[in-house]
Amino acid sequence: MTDISAAPASGSHRGSLLVQDELTRKRNAAETRFRLYGIVAISIAMLALAALLISIFSAGMPAFRQTFVTIPIELPADKLDKSGTRDSAVMAKVTTVGYAKVINEALAAALAAKGISTDGMTEKQIAGLLSPEAPAQLRNYVLANPAVVGTSLPEFELLANGRVDGFFKGRVTMESAKLDSNITPEQLQVAQKMTDAGLMGKRFNWAFITAPDASDQRPEAAGLGVAILGSLYMMIVVLVLSLPIGVAAAVYLEEFAVKNFWTDLIEVNIANLAAVPSIVFGILGLAVFINFAGLPQSAPIVGGLVLTLMTLPRIIIPARAALKAVPPSIRDAALGVGASKVQSVFHHVLPLAAPGILTGMIIGLAQALGETAPLLLIGMVAFVRDYPGGLPGGLFDPATALPVQVYSWTTRGDPGFVERASGAIIVLLVFLLIMNAVAIVLRRRFERRW
Amino acid sequence: MNDMRIAERNVDTNESKISARKVQVYYGTNHALKDVDVDILDKTVTAFIGPSGCGKSTFLRCLNRMNDTVASARVEGTITLDGENIYDAKVDPVQLRAKVGMVFQKPNPFPKSIYDNIAYGPKIHGLTRSKSELDGIVETSLKKAALWNEVKDRLDSPGTGLSGGQQQRLCIARAIATQPEVLLMDEPCSALDPIATAQVEELIDELRSQFSVVIVTHSMQQAARVSQRTAFFHLGNLVEYGETGQIFTNPKDPRTESYITGRIG
Repeated sequence: MTDISAAPASGSHRGSLLVQDELTRKRNAAETRFRLYGIVAISIAMLALAALLISIFSAGMPAFRQTFVTIPIELPADKLDKSGTRDSAVMAKVTTVGYAKVINEALAAALAAKGISTDGMTEKQIAGLLSPEAPAQLRNYVLANPAVVGTSLPEFELLANGRVDGFFKGRVTMESAKLDSNITPEQLQVAQKMTDAGLMGKRFNWAFITAPDASDQRPEAAGLGVAILGSLYMMIVVLVLSLPIGVAAAVYLEEFAVKNFWTDLIEVNIANLAAVPSIVFGILGLAVFINFAGLPQSAPIVGGLVLTLMTLPRIIIPARAALKAVPPSIRDAALGVGASKVQSVFHHVLPLAAPGILTGMIIGLAQALGETAPLLLIGMVAFVRDYPGGLPGGLFDPATALPVQVYSWTTRGDPGFVERASGAIIVLLVFLLIMNAVAIVLRRRFERRW
Repeated sequence: MNDMRIAERNVDTNESKISARKVQVYYGTNHALKDVDVDILDKTVTAFIGPSGCGKSTFLRCLNRMNDTVASARVEGTITLDGENIYDAKVDPVQLRAKVGMVFQKPNPFPKSIYDNIAYGPKIHGLTRSKSELDGIVETSLKKAALWNEVKDRLDSPGTGLSGGQQQRLCIARAIATQPEVLLMDEPCSALDPIATAQVEELIDELRSQFSVVIVTHSMQQAARVSQRTAFFHLGNLVEYGETGQIFTNPKDPRTESYITGRIG
């Protein structure tokens, strides 16, 4: 302002156009400076993002590959099915202890066949090459296919121990193994020989995405199946409840409500609700849905209801903004040809606001998907190994959620869970990216229809 | 001023379509329109002129109760359409607006196809029973609005893709498709170039045979060209109302004369 008023007084703009005067130089310098600030700010942001992604991906990608031991296994009928009926209900009497013996014999035979010496190692140490989950793997397979009992499986894949897996991922070294009571350098040497002999190897691990959680001692078996299902169920509840309620509230407040003290109060409170810490909604959910309404703990229905409460203001606010952005001339035009208020809203205003409303909706859902704190309070942080049932009954079965699974894995002792937690974050990020991509696509598609 | 109005009424009582008596409009505490008495005649073009903020658009919007949508606006007095008070509690403004169509200052076609723009009004008012009947209304409305020849091959293309003048004629076609009895136009040519303006003015003159047309305009030349009767508003008052020729050649009120000769406004 002062620059502009000063210029004519000094008469400096009367000089040659080919020579920049003092003011112009200053203005240009300021412009360059501001452009630089912007570039610096963007660079910092990009660096932070890159650091985040690199650290998560370098820590998490190994979780998608897992070390497996592939050996031939004899399945003696006298041990696994004494009755000889091949009835899986009867065979279920043989516990994993029985299968562990079968596996240990098969492993010893395979090692001997390849000429790998295990001198100086106890039987327990040899068995320790495999995951504690391995007998359960074999048992589940046999119970699902009772006919294989009495035959020999030429190649069966068993999970390797988490420490052995860590050795091939660089997490465990010979030096660290000396100090580790769970693994010895001799075991690692045998594992290395087994790999050279083709008995052991890494491959892509679908079970990380589909399997349920596993206990503290077997990180190699832990998967995200229950968490993904739980998150999906909660998102369904949030979508079904918050879309109609949020849009109806936004439409009423923006298009129909009289502007008075009460609507102002409601408006302020919706804005306040959007800023309420999410854990408060968790306490509310615990008090109202579980203690008062008697809904089950750890259930996706409760998580969905709590997240709905949390998401609603975050949907109403962008939906109102989208409605406000529709030019008033469209409302005038509709009223001018004799449309009623409802007709003008539903035929003209809402379709024009739909892309904005949908975008707000999906961003609200994405926030809900990543929300952890309220779910901790309603028992979603539980250890759940059973998949929830189909809809709608499954909404009442116990389940966990993706962000909660990340949280619970980071609290566990075994170092194998570090890569699991990072891997779970990658899965969560992929889901969020997909949702945002859907938001962009929907927006484009609706906007093309003017 | 009072004398003049009585004289008018004596002459035109039988043809009066809309008559306003003692109309007051308040926006909050602002008294925007004071004591307006007007009789708008059937099958006539009536022009409202006056400087910006004089209340002419406000009064126009009272005639189809568009002011209802402004939360702070309050209207007093009576406005009758064919002898029925449109501000009666029993009147549904939606029904009123089907009879009193409106064209706005800025062309505001719906972001739909040209066909749907015209067909929307008849559809919601249930004016047609079949698709062919609706096609007929669309065609005659576009013909009346002198737009048919330009758009007949692209009725499915978006109305917002037309030029400004075409959009305004589309809005006029949309307004007459609901078969109103009165057509209100709020500065319909202010966003148009002279050629489009001439087309719209020609159109207004043709529409006069079927509707009573009320037009708000900032252009005195336009008022003189298209209207038979002119009302001059100033600071919320109706200063003078009479034959267009008389207003422009022999204004009775000194304020009208000052405005017409360019000394106020």
